[in-house]
Amino acid sequence: MIEPWHYQVVSALLFMTGVLGVLIRRNVIVMAMCIELMLNGANLSLVAFSRMWGNHDGQIFVFMVIVVAAVEVAVGLAIIIRLIANRDSLNIEDTNLLKW
Amino acid sequence: MTEQVLFYVFSFVAVLSAGGVVLNVRNTVYAALCLVVSMLSIAVLFIMLSAEFVGVIQVLVYAGAIVVLFLFVIMLLNLKSEDMGAESQPLLKLVGTLLILVVSVKLVALLSGTRKSWPEVGSEFGTVRAIGEVLYTDYLLAFEIAGVLLLAGLVAAVVIGKQRID
Repeated sequence: MIEPWHYQVVSALLFMTGVLGVLIRRNVIVMAMCIELMLNGANLSLVAFSRMWGNHDGQIFVFMVIVVAAVEVAVGLAIIIRLIANRDSLNIEDTNLLKW
Repeated sequence: MTEQVLFYVFSFVAVLSAGGVVLNVRNTVYAALCLVVSMLSIAVLFIMLSAEFVGVIQVLVYAGAIVVLFLFVIMLLNLKSEDMGAESQPLLKLVGTLLILVVSVKLVALLSGTRKSWPEVGSEFGTVRAIGEVLYTDYLLAFEIAGVLLLAGLVAAVVIGKQRID
């Protein structure tokens, strides 16, 4: 029988995969995708909790997370386009305009 | 029985293709396609949790809009294969992987200990009608703020994407 903790384990693994990607990859676009993976892991957890308590609040949270993720991707990809036009590189280490 | 088979198959596919996003170093397009597979598997898991509305939104917004936006940008930039080779130092990679492995093992061990069963819910649970009733009464303010946020994001994306910095 599938219990709530099965879903929590899958959610934790998805989140950890996203964190791993942000830690070991230096490609800006892949890092943005890994942030989406982390959001999805959290969403799965929220939906499982919503089912576990039998009310809809968790699903409303997921709806809001998806809205914010869509906005974040639109703005983030616009920033990435400007970054590549200015620096000619996808490497996050080249993004050092605010360093001195 | 069917539920168990579906759960294991789709969670395996979701985690495996999430790994594909991270470990694919050759082509960013493949990473985006792995992301689509992962999103769709998670949508199936949502529907198995009787959250039909969220499952459909996941397919429409994540697989249909967000990943397509990623693919647009990847193809618009016309990246060469040497641009993909932007990687961190081996030591940093090793430390990061070990750290994540330890935390994952601890998390799985921690979560496996919890015992809680599903309550009985009616057939209305998770449908558009049920979600809409909650969204337009208890969470109306959050819904309106989400609309304003989308508008602000739209304007910001156009302004940033258009700007020429010389």
